Amino acid sequence: MTAPPARPPRAAGIRVPPLWRYGRPALVLLLAALAVGVPLWLVAVTSAKPQAEAVRPNLDLPRRWQPGGNYADAVSQGEMLRGFVNSLLVVVPSVALVLILGAGAAWVFARRKSRLVTAAYALTISGLLLPPAVITVVMELRQLGLAGTRPGMVAVYTGMYLSTSIFFMTGFVRTIPAELEEAARMDGARPLRVFLQIILPLLRPVIATATIMVMLYAWSDMFYAFFVLGGGDRTTLPLNLYRVASAELYLNNWHLVFAYVVVMSLPMIAVFLVAQRKIVSGITSGAVK
Amino acid sequence: MAHADTTDPSVPARPAARARTETGTRWRKQRRQRREQRQRRRQQRPVGRLPRAAVTHPWWFALPAVAVFGGFFLLPNLLNFFYPFTDWSAYHSDVSFTGLDNFRAIADDGSLLRSLRTTLLYAALAALFQNGFGLALALLLEADTRFNQFFRAVFFLPVLISALAVGYVFQALLNTEGAVNQALGTEVPWLGSTTWTLVIVGLIHGWKWMGLAMLIYLAGLKGVPGDMLEAARVDGAGPWRTFWAVRWPMLAPAVTFNVTTSLIGSMNTFDIVQATTGGGPAASTEVFNIYMFRIFGQGLYGQASAMSLVLFLVVVAIAVPLVVGLRRREQTL
Repeated sequence: MTAPPARPPRAAGIRVPPLWRYGRPALVLLLAALAVGVPLWLVAVTSAKPQAEAVRPNLDLPRRWQPGGNYADAVSQGEMLRGFVNSLLVVVPSVALVLILGAGAAWVFARRKSRLVTAAYALTISGLLLPPAVITVVMELRQLGLAGTRPGMVAVYTGMYLSTSIFFMTGFVRTIPAELEEAARMDGARPLRVFLQIILPLLRPVIATATIMVMLYAWSDMFYAFFVLGGGDRTTLPLNLYRVASAELYLNNWHLVFAYVVVMSLPMIAVFLVAQRKIVSGITSGAVK
Repeated sequence: MAHADTTDPSVPARPAARARTETGTRWRKQRRQRREQRQRRRQQRPVGRLPRAAVTHPWWFALPAVAVFGGFFLLPNLLNFFYPFTDWSAYHSDVSFTGLDNFRAIADDGSLLRSLRTTLLYAALAALFQNGFGLALALLLEADTRFNQFFRAVFFLPVLISALAVGYVFQALLNTEGAVNQALGTEVPWLGSTTWTLVIVGLIHGWKWMGLAMLIYLAGLKGVPGDMLEAARVDGAGPWRTFWAVRWPMLAPAVTFNVTTSLIGSMNTFDIVQATTGGGPAASTEVFNIYMFRIFGQGLYGQASAMSLVLFLVVVAIAVPLVVGLRRREQTL
């Protein structure tokens, strides 16, 4: 072996036993195949099977391929398109609000030192730990006339996930040198301009992270959507999936359930693939302080 | 912030502004005097000190966030200290005070203690698995090679799939008639045991979130200074010793973050449990949120919010000492 495969740079610090050097990649492959490969394979093959084959889900390849038919059924019976649009209509505004409001608050919280600001910061990141009061939020929304509406859902998601974005962004703003702002201010820039032209562009990596985290939570949420939106014509994708899968008892429609799972997961995977590097650096820089 | 421009500290007393105020009323004169006082004080401050934050970072940037958070997160949590003590339900329109009736109801039918025990066990198991898998993966995939980068993304995939979908996937795998039993030729009721199903659902939770824990542990490992590892090597420490004596203590912040978020997150679980077992068999996996979901569907809002208050108090009782304790541990390690 002239070129040992994947020689870790860390080897300078720690002696690597030969068993580990070759056993490790093998172990990684085995784990990935068993832990991630098998479940994803099951989803992929089942979503392409006719109903009769999918009743008892297994890992065999479909004897008859009909992915198109399944996805078409999921669209017609599961009302997937409407769910997709409904999901977009609550997730996109929620993410936008969480980011914009969160960035503004994080800027103030990171730069000001008074006791009041510290208290407000502690209060707004308390949502990281505290569970949302999902039952009474329904009562509140009913009194505001927002129960079962998209603005109500957006408000609830925004309230729930602001803490996450404020926490990550405040940590990030603290690492931005104050001199950058100072320079802009010397040139006569007002706070709004400093915020929009200096802070927001620098926040880009952490915005990528916050976007994917909030999108992940809101896009896949079924629990809070159930309480706030309920049934009706505003149901989101996860709520639709829940309905389709709950009917499984009578219809055994695993093929539709998994077609749904694929369609629901693909947007998230696409977003991750596009912004992977930024997301990873953002998650890790915010968390480990 | 009407006077923000005239007191802008980075622009020391523009002549035009001064001229305008000098022609003004007594009130304006006083204001000018105050401003000049402030400016004198500011000039006495050492160079490099930040100017007045109230002007450069005005409050109203934080206001919308605080308002939305207060209105749609804090307020419901405050209301949650009121509605559990009422007979709020779907069956009548008026809400009246009933004292501890709801708590008595959930305590007497055993659901309070059962949900509490199930939730705590589930959270402990899920946090254990999530962190165990995450740390193991981080150590396996530590070096920045192409191979490792690819497989980090692979193990991150479950994080991207919705929890509800994950639940259904594992239901299809672990059913008595599911893919695992068919592959093994067995008929193990993985999801039908009143003792072990909770552990299996906890494992699924750990599986779903292990990619996130892995990323954070990887960042923690990267933060260990190279000369520290070098020093350990020179002193003759093997990989095992290096891990426990050098790297594990340096991982403390990552441990704090991961343990806290995984424990809190799994106490708030719903989707995975609902999609795999729906709380069964015999309510042995009925965590707080599953109970709330069920009882809310029956229209007993008061009881549901009583359980919600219990969840709130349990989370506070666990989270606060946990965060404080782990933070202290970071300093002593």
